[in-house]
Amino acid sequence: MTAQTDDALWSAIADPSRRQVLDLLVTNGGVSASWLAGRVPFSRQAVAKHLVVLERTGLVSRRKQGREVLYQVEARRLDQAAQAMAELAARWDRRLDAVKRLAEAAHAESKKTQGEQQ
Amino acid sequence: MLMPGLIIEREVLIEAPVDVVWRTITEPGQISQWFADRVELVVEPGAHGYMQFGDQGGPVVVETVDPPTRFSFRWNHPAGEEPAAGNSMLVEFTLTPEGDERTRLRVVESGHELRAWPDAEKQRYADEHQGGWAEFLDGLATLLAKRRPG
Repeated sequence: MTAQTDDALWSAIADPSRRQVLDLLVTNGGVSASWLAGRVPFSRQAVAKHLVVLERTGLVSRRKQGREVLYQVEARRLDQAAQAMAELAARWDRRLDAVKRLAEAAHAESKKTQGEQQ
Repeated sequence: MLMPGLIIEREVLIEAPVDVVWRTITEPGQISQWFADRVELVVEPGAHGYMQFGDQGGPVVVETVDPPTRFSFRWNHPAGEEPAAGNSMLVEFTLTPEGDERTRLRVVESGHELRAWPDAEKQRYADEHQGGWAEFLDGLATLLAKRRPG
């Protein structure tokens, strides 16, 4: 993933309404915009806009079935996003663990020194 | 890697007083032990510094220094630009003493758009959605994997 696609991706998922749409698509597979609009607390137009944004990031794709346009989640793209997120979180966990070790060692050391002085 | 809208929030409970933890996260000699390989940083609001990670490095700009509870800096801004809300990631450390010898250390890394929000709004957003960001994506990916045939 390039930095630019990441930008678009995170901005897309940052919006709670879009996450709601994404959630419905994951749970229900290929569905139409009208179907989605019947299940969210915002307008048909808003759903259409969210789908455009999600499509642009590659998280969602569309196909025609008869007269209907159905939307579905792109599993690979979603996997990539989940992994990127997990990696960033894991990186901070490692850093925080290191801080914990350093601070606890420093604290133990200073207690020892104080003990020796008394 | 600039990621507007992204929030990562992690925390750890440390068996040490808050001032010890504060020194660990703000003294350059210490930072190089848990974070970057090489650190050039004066911990003062507005100070420009540099952090090296392996063969990659980048400038950082200190934002808040409020000992011993708040420290934040910006990084990941485009080369040649001043880091500011809108072009960088903000890393915020919050230290909360829990008794005399225990400290909760929380880090939040966030993209720019949240920065402009009022604190209460930001907190609400974080509470509702972000504690579980990784879980949200992970949950969707898992669910999707189950639904896929084969």
